[in-house]
Amino acid sequence: MAEPFVKIRNLSKSYWRGGRQVPVLAGIDIDVAEGEFLALMGPSGSGKSTLLNLMAGIDNADTGTIEIGGVEITSLTEAELTAWRSDNVGFIFQFYNLVPVLTALENVELPLVLQGLSRKERKERAAFFLGLVNLSERTDHYPGQLSGGEQQRVAIARAMVTDPLLLVADEPTGDLDRRSAEEVLELMEKLNREFKKVIVMVTHDPKSAERAHVIRHLEKGYLNAAP
Amino acid sequence: MLLLKILFRNAFRHKLRTILTILGMTIAILAFGILRTVVDAWYAGVEASQANRLITRNAISLTFSLPISYAEKIRQTEGVEKVSWGNWFGAYYKEEKNFFANMAVDPKSHLEIVDELILDPAEKSEYFKDRRGAIAGRKLAERFGWKIGDIITLKGTIYPGDWDFVLKGIYMGRDETVDESIFLFHWDYFNERMKVQNPMEADQAGFYIIEIERPEMAAAVSGRIDAIFKNSLAETLTETERAFQLSFVSMTEAIMMAIQLVSVVVIAIIMAVSANTMAMSVRERLAEYATMRTLGFGAGTVFLLIFGESAVITFTGALAGVALTFPAAGLFRSELGQFFPIFIVKATTIWLDLGAALVVSLVSAVVPAFRAATAPINSALRRAV
Ligand SMILES: Nc1ncnc2c1ncn2[C@@H]1O[C@H](COP(=O)(O)OP(=O)(O)O)[C@@H](O)[C@H]1O
Ligand SMILES: [Mg+2]
Repeated sequence: MAEPFVKIRNLSKSYWRGGRQVPVLAGIDIDVAEGEFLALMGPSGSGKSTLLNLMAGIDNADTGTIEIGGVEITSLTEAELTAWRSDNVGFIFQFYNLVPVLTALENVELPLVLQGLSRKERKERAAFFLGLVNLSERTDHYPGQLSGGEQQRVAIARAMVTDPLLLVADEPTGDLDRRSAEEVLELMEKLNREFKKVIVMVTHDPKSAERAHVIRHLEKGYLNAAP
Repeated sequence: MLLLKILFRNAFRHKLRTILTILGMTIAILAFGILRTVVDAWYAGVEASQANRLITRNAISLTFSLPISYAEKIRQTEGVEKVSWGNWFGAYYKEEKNFFANMAVDPKSHLEIVDELILDPAEKSEYFKDRRGAIAGRKLAERFGWKIGDIITLKGTIYPGDWDFVLKGIYMGRDETVDESIFLFHWDYFNERMKVQNPMEADQAGFYIIEIERPEMAAAVSGRIDAIFKNSLAETLTETERAFQLSFVSMTEAIMMAIQLVSVVVIAIIMAVSANTMAMSVRERLAEYATMRTLGFGAGTVFLLIFGESAVITFTGALAGVALTFPAAGLFRSELGQFFPIFIVKATTIWLDLGAALVVSLVSAVVPAFRAATAPINSALRRAV
């Protein structure tokens, strides 16, 4: 069997709260294969976001290793990790997290500022991905002028624009109505199917999770056995 | 560029808050500049004093005078080049509120020493010829609408009565540090009337102005002059023109210190206001900075955005304040010219304005910038929720 794309071994993480150490993840092992669409489920507070953040390199593990696309990100320095993120991970958040003072197109363009492209190349790329999420007509709209579903699609275009290996999504439909949620999920399926993106999506909606190839359940910091 | 767009749009996102901060900064810089200029104006006489000039006066106090016979003895002192003398006259024009500096002087020797007063040669010789002749500074003549040939009547205070003069010339300062609001007339005219009116006050000089060969000789020559008149009925005190001027302003030194302190306090207050604005703005946007860091932007970008925003706000205010300082100083000159004959905004003041703006902008941004650049990304992102 081929090497998994994401390989996590013995991952532990705890937070300090009120002078007490609160374990959140305890000895997690998980693999995500190339081309896989994984859904992470579990009750609120079970550590889903924490696991996702560790995978995406925006939080530091206490112990254990995370290897993504052959890079052991748990041993990178802060600066290396920042650079790695910008090239390899696309983020989709529950609350979209667009920059409110930039237009839809500019939001999609923003990550490309770090890629050393010309202004023209940036604009073209951003416009292409905005088209991919069916928002070509909204180019000059600011986030405040867009619906939640539209904002989330802009966020997806922003996550895709640098052509990352991995897309992480933390409850991407958690704030959306049913119809917008369907659109977002279809889009994510398409990115996985046609663009071969590895997707890790946190959700506690079973209907959303059905879109994934694999569903894993987190329970109080432990992963339940794979189905 | 996108980052610049974020920076500028962030600065004006909370319009009212930003405008109030800018306005505060404008007022603070304006106040700072004007207060510093008041202090400068107060010390203008000291600043403009010449290093090769001495003033001799009665050792008891300025209100006591010295015999006119001293002139010859001073002239013969080693190191002395020229001697002139005069009396503070203290009269006013028409109404008591119209006061200004007026002095009886020996015209020729006075203008030879005080050569920063520039007078047309024709006017000068007219002034010398007529015993009732007088000259006035350009600003003073403007203030009362005097023209050459006008008869000017001053009302005496120290030397009572009406005194008529004929304006024979209007002098200009050699540069902008010269006081152009002084009125000068013949000491002889003054002295002759004294002989009649009050013989006790006749043949007395209020002060001597002395030009020495070289500034380094000031201490030695002063010593020599004072030695001559030691143990006489009227002992002298000789000092440099600078020290003489300083002895006037030193009485008000505490007030000047207070004004300077206030000018610094004004900046400290606006610093607190501006720091508060930046802290509030950045706190509201912590999740946005965290998002950008998630996308791969480093601490440097976050610093640029926050320090840049702070600079945009403070410098917009400061530049407006600097621009307003000049018309405000003009207003001061026209309204309060009698108190501050020299009211010039110095280049140093502008540099201090800009320095203060820089400090305010850096101090306001430093804590929020550190916070936004170093807060753990995941907890900063949670704040969006
Ligand atoms: N930055 C943090 N500091 C302290 N506690 C945290 C932090 N992030 C998460 N936690 C705690 O860790 C636990 C798991 O959180 P999280 O991963 O967000 O759960 P989930 O996404 O499954 O709801 C919760 O008890 C939460 O309060
Ligand atoms: Mg969560």
